[in-house]
Amino acid sequence: MLAISVLMILPIVYIFNNAFKPYHELFVYPPTFFVREPSVQNFVELMLVTANSIVPISRYLFNSVFIALLSVIGVTLVSVLCAYPLSKHDFPGKRFIFAAIILMLMFTPEVIQIPRYLVVSSLGILNTYWGHLLPALALPVGVFLLKQFIDQIPDSLLEASRIDGANEIIVLARIVVPMSMPAIATVAILAFQNAWGSIDTSALFMQDDEMKTFPFFLSTLTSNLANNVARQGAAAVAALILLVPNLIFFVILQSKVISTMAHSGIK
Amino acid sequence: MLSKAWSHRTSYLFIAPFLICFMLFIVVPIVASVCLSFTYYNGIERPKFIGWSNYQYLIAQDLLFLKYALPNTFKFAVIVGPGGYAAAFLLAWLISRLRGGYRKWVALAMYTPSLTIGTAMTIIWLPLLSGDRIGYLNSFLLKIGFIDVPKLWVTKPELLMNSMIAVTLWSSMGVGFLAMLAGILNVDKTLYEAGRIDGIRSHLQELWYITIPSMKPQMLFGAVMAIVTTFKTGAIGVELSGQNPTPQYAGHLIVNHINDYGFIRFEMGYASTISVFLLAFMYFANKLSWRLFGSKEE
Repeated sequence: MLAISVLMILPIVYIFNNAFKPYHELFVYPPTFFVREPSVQNFVELMLVTANSIVPISRYLFNSVFIALLSVIGVTLVSVLCAYPLSKHDFPGKRFIFAAIILMLMFTPEVIQIPRYLVVSSLGILNTYWGHLLPALALPVGVFLLKQFIDQIPDSLLEASRIDGANEIIVLARIVVPMSMPAIATVAILAFQNAWGSIDTSALFMQDDEMKTFPFFLSTLTSNLANNVARQGAAAVAALILLVPNLIFFVILQSKVISTMAHSGIK
Repeated sequence: MLSKAWSHRTSYLFIAPFLICFMLFIVVPIVASVCLSFTYYNGIERPKFIGWSNYQYLIAQDLLFLKYALPNTFKFAVIVGPGGYAAAFLLAWLISRLRGGYRKWVALAMYTPSLTIGTAMTIIWLPLLSGDRIGYLNSFLLKIGFIDVPKLWVTKPELLMNSMIAVTLWSSMGVGFLAMLAGILNVDKTLYEAGRIDGIRSHLQELWYITIPSMKPQMLFGAVMAIVTTFKTGAIGVELSGQNPTPQYAGHLIVNHINDYGFIRFEMGYASTISVFLLAFMYFANKLSWRLFGSKEE
């Protein structure tokens, strides 16, 4: 078990170490995993590079954080709202909608980029935060996952609170949400990962540089690095910066999953 | 009819926000691209309707597709799909047996490949698998005397597929894994006590008779996600070998074929055709897993 974890965690170790490697170690022969003479040279380099950009880096950061937070909240809210009736209500068209969600989950994203661009542009949300946010809200995986978890909540529990006079919103907020917390946390992790790492919306839907996100900015710095020495150090740091928020978010939410489960559990 | 719909207005109201976004950004583009699959469309001129001929070409004449993409994808999917699924489930189960404090860290470790996927691919596996003497794997195997000559893990056609499968398995602890982990932890503890009284002896029996039956929804979710991610994998062969298309098409998967036509040859219509075909392929794999894991009433 421990051996496997070590094998799996290698990328993080590598990314952390790489960020602190001075240039002569990044290209050392044979390559090394661990840094020998840690230095902050790469961070300085990245700062110098970013200081030269026209749009201040804080703007990119703000965009990214803003979009990531909003889309985490938005995705979880919208997905829970949708998953609950799909799981527990009985209404015409339910089966069809669920089947459609699963089917669409399977379609390859590559070929829908052009039609999607047309939709976004005809909605008039190019170059706005909506253009980042709205496409991210439709996360079929999230609905599917939540629906599977809500399926496990016994109907009798919902019935009981309905008899006590709770309306659907209260049932959802008081019973369904607390009991599917692990799934909601998982969806939040996914949504965060999507929003934080996404460069597609910046590349396709945003023309103004002020509206683009931090990862997109970093990717423009470090693209075409394959056989290039310049900026490799900055690239190593960029990889680290992109990874760390994901890590933090995951650890916080995952420990929440585990602690809620230790206390409650479905009875 | 309308009054019936009205009586379910809360349900519709609840699903509306998602459904609207879903329609706009997923359903409409997909329908559009299904329509494109019946046209010749190069991204610049207006699409020209050509009926079924894209489909005819695909199943009768496209040698690259029939000789490489299809069998490769099939082989890849048959190993990676069930393999990754089983691995994810087993690891989730093992983690659930750990003590609380370590759990999240081990879970984090397992999920790492999914967190870092794009970056990890290039910077971890390339030095590890690189074909010369200094690649980690080669130098290790040379040192223990397992091989005499460095092996070309990612550029030799026969080995590329195996490397791809290994790397994908390594990174298969994705969302399905998280869901199954949460599912296992969610199982009512009193069921285990009841089981012990009823004479369940080993942990394996516990797993088979209690854990799996009580987390069927999560098992199903994991299975569907395993199918989806497996069939959608494409970039990995290109990233590992550093060549597009992969050497002698050894790692050519259906998704590569789509990218090839869509973004290199700019035949969007034909690329859509292949996507529709892939969708059908996945749909049947899905039906199969539904049969295995779905509960009766679904």
